[in-house]
Amino acid sequence: MTGQYIIRRLLIMLPVLLGVSLIIFIMVRIIPGDPSMVMAGPHATKDQVEQIRTQLGLDRHPVSQYFIFIGNLFRGDLGTSTRTSLPVTKEIMARLPNTLLLALASILIATVLGVLTGIIAGVKQNSKFDYLSMLVALFGLSMPVFWLGLMLMLLFSIHLGWLPAVGAESFKHLILPAITLGANSMAIIARMTRSSMLEVIRLDYIRTARAKGLKEKLVISRHALKNALIPVVTVIGLQTGTLLGGAVLTEIVFAWPGVGRLLVEAILARDYPVVQGVVLLVATMFIFVNLVVDILYAYLDPRIRYQ
Amino acid sequence: MNSLLRVEDLKTCFYTDAGMVKAVDGISYDIQEGETMGLVGESGCGKSVSALSILRLIPYPPGKITGGKVVFEGKDLLQISEDEIRDVRGNRIAMIFQEPMTSLNPVLTIGLQIGEALEIHRGLKRKETRDEVLKLLRMVGIPDPERRIDDYPHQFSGGMRQRVMIAMALSCNPKLLIADEPTTAVDVTIQAQLLETIKDLTSRLGTAVILITHNLGVVARYVNRMAVMYAGRIIESGPATEVYEHPRHPYTVGLLASVPRLDKPRVGRLVPIDGQPPDLIRLPPGCSFFPRCSHRMQQCSMERPELRIVGAGHLAACLKDLGS
Repeated sequence: MTGQYIIRRLLIMLPVLLGVSLIIFIMVRIIPGDPSMVMAGPHATKDQVEQIRTQLGLDRHPVSQYFIFIGNLFRGDLGTSTRTSLPVTKEIMARLPNTLLLALASILIATVLGVLTGIIAGVKQNSKFDYLSMLVALFGLSMPVFWLGLMLMLLFSIHLGWLPAVGAESFKHLILPAITLGANSMAIIARMTRSSMLEVIRLDYIRTARAKGLKEKLVISRHALKNALIPVVTVIGLQTGTLLGGAVLTEIVFAWPGVGRLLVEAILARDYPVVQGVVLLVATMFIFVNLVVDILYAYLDPRIRYQ
Repeated sequence: MNSLLRVEDLKTCFYTDAGMVKAVDGISYDIQEGETMGLVGESGCGKSVSALSILRLIPYPPGKITGGKVVFEGKDLLQISEDEIRDVRGNRIAMIFQEPMTSLNPVLTIGLQIGEALEIHRGLKRKETRDEVLKLLRMVGIPDPERRIDDYPHQFSGGMRQRVMIAMALSCNPKLLIADEPTTAVDVTIQAQLLETIKDLTSRLGTAVILITHNLGVVARYVNRMAVMYAGRIIESGPATEVYEHPRHPYTVGLLASVPRLDKPRVGRLVPIDGQPPDLIRLPPGCSFFPRCSHRMQQCSMERPELRIVGAGHLAACLKDLGS
């Protein structure tokens, strides 16, 4: 049953991705600027620009350009970067591991700390821990990512000299960007877990569990937690999707060579194929994460069964 | 005589923004081993709160037990430690709640939920627990228990869910079962079956029962003794047949007049009790039933009547003697 469901969901991805490809195809062409002019440089003659335009296939009708793009896509060919003349797949593959590493590290930190904080704050409502952690979470929510990144860098790299400020050479390089990127998600997850926990521990079945003589720890861990985590899983899923999409600001602040930075560089250079490729990849990952979330749902809540 | 449970002047309040709600305002009663007592009254009169107070299951804040004693097997449950009360809960005293839909955890199998009490109170291993749970499911009349033990609550009907609750409550063979409106949320046809099941099993196991209900028909059939609550106090108590046949408090009289009787010829219309129950934050100084009472006297608005003996084991809190 579940197998069939997953296959069907994967098939539904196709039309969604086609839609995404069309939208992004139109959008990059709406942005003012012309890749052939960028490539040719400021001193090029009109003929030179025209020649490059023909080379890139931009002289064709947009509809036929789109069909060529889609045709190539089905063969696994995302085209060639107009900026570097490298295949787009190669460009992306060079950056993707960095993005995955950063995103997963961030979401791991955010989930573990966020869920733990949320549970404690919820169980000990109105305690000092509750107030303090929710105040910190509010900061986490409101703080601009780039500012937090710069402040962490200032403290840990420049003043204390404990961690490197930029680059992606070692595990040490991962720590600051991961915290910066995860802070916002952590705050969201902590608040969500807390409110969900508060809601659940007031329910009748928690009273039933207590009436059985269970220890409070067991009441929380066995009876409350699984129920409380159902909405939290959605939030974690959405956050993971967002983080996988490349954390543009964090990657720029920490000079992290990930997909987010690649996207910005590509947009600035009007590098259509790379922009299209990255957006498609991000969309795919986002849809995939959502599928994982839906499957997790069924695991957490037996009332949900997909057919 | 040594009672199994003796509740003395129990008081439970809720602190709300509007003021202090005296949900239970000094109630006292005894229950003997194996006895079944009915606790009757309309919604909001404090029946459930008084029952939850026995096991200290009142959520604090906003609720708090502010006074009294609950002596069970010689120990005051309001004074013992958190560990000790946990050992009583589900083991010596068990509860069945009103809503079987919301009282069972939706994400855990019923087998696990029934077995939990056995694991913690009797220290059974997993396999032993499973066998015991199967026995319990069979006992409460759930067909095909081997197939159903790993099902989740949503896969059962309302009546079956309440049977699961009964199995859970009786798993450790408690001395006292508190059934808080166990049949209110299920179909009428199922109600009688469930009550028969509770009655059969508890009499077989020798379990005393506090049956909380607003249904007087249920009381008449299933309990030995009954206590009628109004505005947080017991206003009449006694042997069920006696209270039923010769009610001595105007509120009990009103309650009985407002329900149809199948055992007597139909005479005229049912008579509702006029007015609303009082605001528990601002109780009138005298008898709390005063504003609605058809027998009220001047004196009733000033003096709060205490329970007094009106017959053999029969108590009523009314200044007027309705018996004469």
